[in-house]
Amino acid sequence: MDRTPTPPREASDFEVGAAADRPVEAAGDVAGGVAIETRQLNLWYGDFQALFDVDLRIKQGIITSMIGPSGCGKTTLLRTVNRINERLGYVRTTGAVEVLGRDILAPEVEVVQVRRHVGMVFQRPNPLPLSIRENVLFGYRIHEPAARQASRGELDAVVEDALKTVLLWDGVKDRLNSRATALSLEEQQKLCIARLLPLKPTVLLMDEPCSALDPAGTEAVEELIWGLRGEYTFLMVTHNMAQARRASDECVFMLLGRVIEHARTDEIFVTPRHETTADYIEGRYA
Amino acid sequence: MTPTDMSRPADISTRQPDSAPHRARDDADRRGFDWYVDKAVQLIVFVGGISAIIFIFGIFIFVTREGVGFLFEGFDLVEFFTSPRWMPTSSSNPTYGAAALILGTASVTGLAMIVAVPFSLGAAVYIGEFATGRSRETLKVLVELLAAIPSVVWGFIGLSIMNSLIVRIFDVPVGLNVLNAGIILGLMAAPIMTTIAEDALRAVPDTYREAAEAMGATRWQVVWRVVLPASKNGLMAAVLLGVGRGFGETMAVLMATGHSINIPDSIFDSVRALTATIAAELGETAVGSEHYRALFTLGIFLFIITFLINLTADLVVRGTGDR
Repeated sequence: MDRTPTPPREASDFEVGAAADRPVEAAGDVAGGVAIETRQLNLWYGDFQALFDVDLRIKQGIITSMIGPSGCGKTTLLRTVNRINERLGYVRTTGAVEVLGRDILAPEVEVVQVRRHVGMVFQRPNPLPLSIRENVLFGYRIHEPAARQASRGELDAVVEDALKTVLLWDGVKDRLNSRATALSLEEQQKLCIARLLPLKPTVLLMDEPCSALDPAGTEAVEELIWGLRGEYTFLMVTHNMAQARRASDECVFMLLGRVIEHARTDEIFVTPRHETTADYIEGRYA
Repeated sequence: MTPTDMSRPADISTRQPDSAPHRARDDADRRGFDWYVDKAVQLIVFVGGISAIIFIFGIFIFVTREGVGFLFEGFDLVEFFTSPRWMPTSSSNPTYGAAALILGTASVTGLAMIVAVPFSLGAAVYIGEFATGRSRETLKVLVELLAAIPSVVWGFIGLSIMNSLIVRIFDVPVGLNVLNAGIILGLMAAPIMTTIAEDALRAVPDTYREAAEAMGATRWQVVWRVVLPASKNGLMAAVLLGVGRGFGETMAVLMATGHSINIPDSIFDSVRALTATIAAELGETAVGSEHYRALFTLGIFLFIITFLINLTADLVVRGTGDR
């Protein structure tokens, strides 16, 4: 591990501690508040139950990684947090998912608003077949009424700001109007992060964000995510144990649709509390 | 490679026949049979594929040969394209002006596209992007069924139903006109355009939709800002093929246009289409006569137009592939 893990913002007794003072509404700047909370979350794909009574509290401003073998439900859980799961018509959910204290599964909640606040980055970089500039402005144009009257200069500022944040500006500033799909995979993935930023999301969901990238791209994107922590809450699915270890503050281990263990990354990798966690981390899980 | 490395595969291949000579021979025989089957199928498929091209060239050569005599002898290019006087049977002075026929076909096709484009693109977007599950499948089957209705049936609808409807609604003397044929042709072309347009929409990777939806775009925003721009070449091709269909359609326009030579100045004028002219007159002419060859010249003209439309559609689609 080349990066020193940041000191935990809250003591390791998060399992009891955080629940008591669950923040309401805009607790945005309370470090260590709970960004995502699931309670008794069950999920079915048709008749197949993919999640069982998931109770999780993801803390604000840090990077939480989710590990576990393929099919353990970590991507399903991730995709529940911005309800993109619902694209499949046959998904049924019970329980609650709260983002900053607001139940996003409540019937009166508009899914479009949920997704505005909970951005998602996919396994395979998926820039839209538009220009780089229009990719960054896509969400902004949809959600910001101001975007309609905004002058070119104001929009340019939005684009520049987002691209600078993801360290892409210098590479693409001269070709903002060329197609985003022509970028390298690493640049595409950075762009996919950049296009979420103008909406000022609270949570960024990352579904194996580096799995399509080469080692250099992986490092660059990991570094970028690491640099953005604090400002945003990250929930990241990864298959790569080393990545979870070096690039996350807390770690959730899932198995067969259940959360087995949730602890600080340095603890879970050194002194896992459950035997299955230890087995998986050591590579003994079959 | 070291010598020892090379010797290893050689060892295996020499040892094998010794250990199982019979099976080895069987294997060789079976491979031979498969090989012949493979070659035979390749040949059949090749002949099948090449024959399409041969037939098209054959048709082109035939049409050209029949019409080309007229092109060099009695043909007057200016008269052909500008004169509305198509009077091939005049005993004193037959004239061959196709302007009215060309305008007849163009006006009917143009109106047909005004009818068909919104219907077919709307249907394609609904089937491809909004409908789900069983309703989607049912709709697709229904649209394909519509495409299979014979054109004479459409012509019959134009002649019997639309005709009286137009007379009654618009209070015009004749209901067989540009409007009638345009609507009929539009409805005829819409199903095939819908099918092609829906294919174009389906070719848009779902990851685009997912990406846009994950950013909080509504269904319609996804369609409008992502899917339609991404599939515009395919949609363009669908429209062009619809135009080609309109140009080439014969029976329905013959029945619904009124079939009178006329440069239309309103949609309530009767017109005559190029195709309908050929269909109606060719049987009445003496083979090899000037009239006969003039009709083939119309055929060459139609052939060139539809060829260009289809070529454009093809190039437009290829444009999508490049990106």
